[in-house]
Amino acid sequence: MSVRVNHLSFAYDKHSPLVLNDVSFSVKEGDLLAVLGPNGVGKSTMFRCILGFLNKYDGEILMNDVNIKTLTHKQIAKQVAYIPQSTHPVFNYSVLDVVLMGVTNQVSLLSAPNQAHINQAYAAMESLGIDHLRDAGYGEISGGERQLALIARALVQKAKILIMDEPTANLDYGNQFRVMCRISDLAKEGYIIILSTHNPDHAFLYANRVLMIQGGKVIADGCPDEVLDAKLIKDVYGVDVHIEEFQSNTRHHKLCIPVEGGVGKQR
Amino acid sequence: MPDTAKNQSVKTRKMPNYKLRFILLILAALICILVSFGVGRFSLSPYDVFLLLLSPIFPITETWDYAMFSVVFNIRLPRILAAILVGAALSTAGAAYQGMFQNPLVSPDILGASAGAGFGACLAIYLSLGSGMVTIFAFVGGLIAVLIAYLVSRMTKGSATLSMVLAGILVGSLFSASTSYIKLVADTTEQLPEITYWLMGSLAGATMDDVIFAGIIIILGTLPIFLLRWRMNVLTLGEDEAKSMGINTHRLRFVVIVCATLITAVAVSISGIIGWVGLVIPHFCRMLFGYDYRIIIPASIIMGGGFMLLVDDFARTIATTEVPIGILTAFVGAPIFAYLLIMGGKRS
Repeated sequence: MSVRVNHLSFAYDKHSPLVLNDVSFSVKEGDLLAVLGPNGVGKSTMFRCILGFLNKYDGEILMNDVNIKTLTHKQIAKQVAYIPQSTHPVFNYSVLDVVLMGVTNQVSLLSAPNQAHINQAYAAMESLGIDHLRDAGYGEISGGERQLALIARALVQKAKILIMDEPTANLDYGNQFRVMCRISDLAKEGYIIILSTHNPDHAFLYANRVLMIQGGKVIADGCPDEVLDAKLIKDVYGVDVHIEEFQSNTRHHKLCIPVEGGVGKQR
Repeated sequence: MPDTAKNQSVKTRKMPNYKLRFILLILAALICILVSFGVGRFSLSPYDVFLLLLSPIFPITETWDYAMFSVVFNIRLPRILAAILVGAALSTAGAAYQGMFQNPLVSPDILGASAGAGFGACLAIYLSLGSGMVTIFAFVGGLIAVLIAYLVSRMTKGSATLSMVLAGILVGSLFSASTSYIKLVADTTEQLPEITYWLMGSLAGATMDDVIFAGIIIILGTLPIFLLRWRMNVLTLGEDEAKSMGINTHRLRFVVIVCATLITAVAVSISGIIGWVGLVIPHFCRMLFGYDYRIIIPASIIMGGGFMLLVDDFARTIATTEVPIGILTAFVGAPIFAYLLIMGGKRS
């Protein structure tokens, strides 16, 4: 199982500047890839290309060695699930209803989910620790719980590649931690996870790969401990940071600390 | 993960008994039908109505005279069927549009169907083409309005749903202005009152031909919406999320919008413009049955039909002359909607 992006370039219009400029990378089973970069550098656009929402790009995107341009939405959905930022829903479905929507691909056009599908949904919710919320209104639970419900929905979809657009945006400190832990567990179970984040520490803590994008180009790609350094973060975000290293009981850690008074001008 | 106090309260929340509520809704609708046959200038007891309605199927000794028979079968039956069809169609279309546009404040005339139908009817009245042609013109007018809105929105960039709503408003105001112009030039003794009366909505003139014409189209248009109702849930999440779950969003949205438009246009063509029903009934259904379209669509059909029947009963009984039903639905619908907004604010 793998995702390979080769020389991906994209512009919304013929005459407008490139949002993505010759982006290449690949991920394989068990990878948790954190995509970093300032606002508006094309992270979401890249995800939309990989998910097949946008298809007027140059280059190719291979999913398990198959070009996704040759696949229908239905076929793509069997392999990739999308976990958007949790927003307040228009209609207040129950959490179970939301998770059940993940089985869309498995039910025929004119029918609805059956008991087996409902059991799948319960199992997914249980594995994420939100089974007690099944009858709650999706609009009434916390942002962290909503994010977990969306992850449960992706698990029910049975796709092995999960794409998450800033899964920790709008979450409080505790929920960020809980959601990221579940996500890194999923990577250990063999899912491919590609997520965008604004926090370099999330890359250090949870990711085994990091992709730094600036101006639509990949400017760093590799293991977070190796490629994320103070110079790169200064270059991209315009902030002076100190990378602190320490040893806990279980592993070696790196953390990123902004240096006081060293906030430079962002270009 | 530690449960917060909020989770605990959520955990103990009981799911309402939707099945029982649905059975009660059906019973209420059936009672509405029985009562509707009885009320009016020539009033009949529910027992007589019951026997009369069964008489064509079962051999029941006649305890009624021909006048009673004629009132039930020739006068009230077409009108009752028309009210049920129009109410069910507008409510179903409203529920469908609200889901497709991810906006609970959308009503079935959002894409200009009512305005187009109103213009078509006025044109037919202005040209003195007769009541059959008024219905046909109204139906075609409604379809043309939505078609124009659709074509305009296809030529724009950006969000498909937003541009459709904007195009619908644009087309709606264009057709409303055209209607105003016809009213200006129409003959003030004959045509203008008829136009005005048509635009206020009424089921007084509903004939069995109208019922058959509208019934066929409404059943054909409602069927796909009914069958696709679970998928409509997924589409309410928005274009990208629905696509990511493997739904062909363009095709599904197109089918649902075509069907909803068809049944709106045909309902308006036999009843005139009746507001509020398509907006309020789906909300009422959500309050009683939750948000799942699997139950919202059948509930809207039944509640919409029953509600329209009830309002029509008032339309023909509260005053010595008929009160246009479009006026009554607004009088009844607006307070109900205010109530919903105040009471249901936290759930919707």
